[in-house]
Amino acid sequence: MKARVLIRPKEGILDPQGKAVERALPALGFEGVSQVRVGRMVELEAENGADLKRLCEQLLANPLVEDYEILPATSSASRPGASGSDEV
Amino acid sequence: MRFGVLQFPGSCDERDAVLACERVGEAELVWHEREDLDGIDAVVIPGGFSYGDYLRAGAIARFAPAMEAVALFAEDGGPVLGICNGFQVLCEAGLLPGALLPNDGLRFLCRQVELEVVNASTAATASCEPGERLSVPVKHMSGRWFAPPELLADLERNDQIVFRYAPGQNPNGSVADVAGVCNERGNVVGLMPHPEHAVDPLTGSDDGLALFASLAQRAVTAVA
Repeated sequence: MKARVLIRPKEGILDPQGKAVERALPALGFEGVSQVRVGRMVELEAENGADLKRLCEQLLANPLVEDYEILPATSSASRPGASGSDEV
Repeated sequence: MRFGVLQFPGSCDERDAVLACERVGEAELVWHEREDLDGIDAVVIPGGFSYGDYLRAGAIARFAPAMEAVALFAEDGGPVLGICNGFQVLCEAGLLPGALLPNDGLRFLCRQVELEVVNASTAATASCEPGERLSVPVKHMSGRWFAPPELLADLERNDQIVFRYAPGQNPNGSVADVAGVCNERGNVVGLMPHPEHAVDPLTGSDDGLALFASLAQRAVTAVA
């Protein structure tokens, strides 16, 4: 299966990257944006989807400080740039 | 006695670590693919950017064959010291409690700090006095040690907080000013500051020597 894993800092843990992005927005004229949190996204293809949770806890995320979410990737068409036409 | 200093692709402080170890004993580099620690009495995991710090600092290095050997060595009570990236690796490997997060200021830090020795009975601090101040440099991007409140309380109760930044000198936002911790038995110790860069008055301080002397002493006692 194709999947996407979303990893984000746990609630309550200071996310300095999110703070920096949030502080930069008003300078560009974007007002009213708050609670910005920056995480990361991992795309993968797994032969055995059942292993995904273990894989996340042992490597992709550090469960002490990060939450993760496994999303089945629906279709490649939803991926921006997947067609190649937009790529430079 | 003989130190083994681990070397991963991306390590960068292993040579200073070897030089520091050689002030108190013999030392050799241990390449990350090596599967045994034969002839090694104490292990130092040095700083740097093992495997490019991909994913999270220390996340990939923990799977190196040499780290499996280190886990067994630690289980047998062998003295292990993780410095900076080595500390991150030990936390990721579950050999030390807590996690290292990006500095609260998001900047790479490089400065001299004062450390307070909280627990002077670990493998890396036995030749220090409790409350002793050590002047040692820090240089890191992800040095904000974190543990949730319950875990922090457990660690304080078990004397597993080994070093704190001196009051007002916490450079990175670490919880409770923690600069270094140990495992329950006190034979595995990790800290963000760099004692291996403070072993000669030429560089401003030789306070870091005490950690290497402690490891050497513990290793000799363990053999005897």
